[in-house]
Amino acid sequence: MTETLLLALVVVTALAFDFTNGFHDTGNAMATSIATRALKPRTAVALSAVLNLVGAFLSLAVAATIAKGIVDAGVITLPVVLAGLVGGIVWNLITWLFGIPSSSSHALVGGMVGAVLAAVGTSGVLWEGVVAKVLVPALVAPVVAIAVAGVGTWLVARLTRGVPQEVSNRGFRWGQIGSASLVSLAHGTNDAQKSMGIILLALIAGGAVPADSGVPFWVILSCALAMAIGTYLGGWRVIRTLGKGLVEIDTRQGMAAETSSAAVILLSSHFGFSLSTTHVATGSVLGSGVGMPGAKVRWSVAGRMFVAWMVTLPAAGLVGALCHWLESSIGGTAGTLAVFLLLVVSSAAIWLASRRKPVDHTNVNEAWDEEKGASLEPVAATTGEAGGERVGPVPALATASSVAPAVGAVGTVSIPTDQKVGA
Amino acid sequence: MSFIEWGALGQVLVAGLLVGAGIPALFALGLRLLAGTTPADAPATPGSTAPSGSTAQDAPASRVVSIPRPSPARLAGAIACMGVVVGAIAFGLVFLVSGGH
Repeated sequence: MTETLLLALVVVTALAFDFTNGFHDTGNAMATSIATRALKPRTAVALSAVLNLVGAFLSLAVAATIAKGIVDAGVITLPVVLAGLVGGIVWNLITWLFGIPSSSSHALVGGMVGAVLAAVGTSGVLWEGVVAKVLVPALVAPVVAIAVAGVGTWLVARLTRGVPQEVSNRGFRWGQIGSASLVSLAHGTNDAQKSMGIILLALIAGGAVPADSGVPFWVILSCALAMAIGTYLGGWRVIRTLGKGLVEIDTRQGMAAETSSAAVILLSSHFGFSLSTTHVATGSVLGSGVGMPGAKVRWSVAGRMFVAWMVTLPAAGLVGALCHWLESSIGGTAGTLAVFLLLVVSSAAIWLASRRKPVDHTNVNEAWDEEKGASLEPVAATTGEAGGERVGPVPALATASSVAPAVGAVGTVSIPTDQKVGA
Repeated sequence: MSFIEWGALGQVLVAGLLVGAGIPALFALGLRLLAGTTPADAPATPGSTAPSGSTAQDAPASRVVSIPRPSPARLAGAIACMGVVVGAIAFGLVFLVSGGH
């Protein structure tokens, strides 16, 4: 009885993690398309959801491993998996609340590491694996993506000089949608399988299926659906940060950024140096700001993200460890239920907190207001987009001080008239 | 065990630059060949300075842009560029479906 209940709860929690994974990562593929209005917000998340769903069925080479090479496979039991999943979900929701794109897989790994630490101590964790597979890639991914997207954006900006803006917008709009779709598809194939792998392992451990079993169809279907529903609901807070918070982006930058994301994600997995989709996507958006002449990157926002990435592992680990400690100190069915209850209560609390300043498809594209209440900086010069080379990029500082009235006069400053801006 | 697999990282960086930056560049080149260029001395009309950022794509669509039909050579170049782009996307799809990730 206890075993069956535990198994059922692990499956439900794994699906919940899958949901938050889709929910949290919609922005990786679609934030730029939404920010440049290549797609309407609802259309973008719907497209991404469908592609994630398709992606989950595309390739079924599910590796039934959890945190392989990071924790000792021998110590992973169902209670550890449950605590680890709760750690991952809670950290995903907290970062979503603050609109920070952070890696869902790192959150899961962190939760598992924490749960293993609480269960068997430091001997259960392979620290070299933690550094080599989690911490170093988190540092490397944005650097690689910034370089690739930066070079791509710069080339695109050079090559489209003189092309009428309407023409380049129309073309790059399609390029952007295409490349963003590829990122969505890659996300579906990669990430849905992580949850499938967890559920398969849980089923094997619980004796529900034989050890050499393939993935039952209902597992594939439910994981694909959970991720697609999460994607469709859209983590609007994360989308907003990625699309509006880092760089004011145009369709050329969006296309270069998404192509860079797709290329780096696919190539890194091909060369066996797996990088987090989130880190790559964020780096690509930053790179599209670095490479575009005259564009401005909000490095303070980016800095907060890097901090969150470094904190992801210990923070999710702390939640995972606390959950496992709670689980084992209460013990038995009651302990399992207590952890599940904790998950439900904390999720509800985070959701309630998010309602105080809701971000949804209606306000996802509002102008970014870095200092709450402070006047917005003119965005005229940020992309060098206005009027192409005939006007030429205006340096932000010059704009702000001397030329601002003139720039305002030709209508390049888009400061919303109503002041109830703010996430 | 070394913490950074420099070889794999280098491969990702080089191939990433080739593909991730090359494809957008080819796409831009193709678009430019198709669209032609506007004269450099074209006046910057107020209508063309669409507000960038949040409202960039809300630019009035009423302004007519006349694009001269590209010459056969330009058209062939553009098709070649776009062909490489489409081929790369197809390769990416095959890679995903074949479970190479």
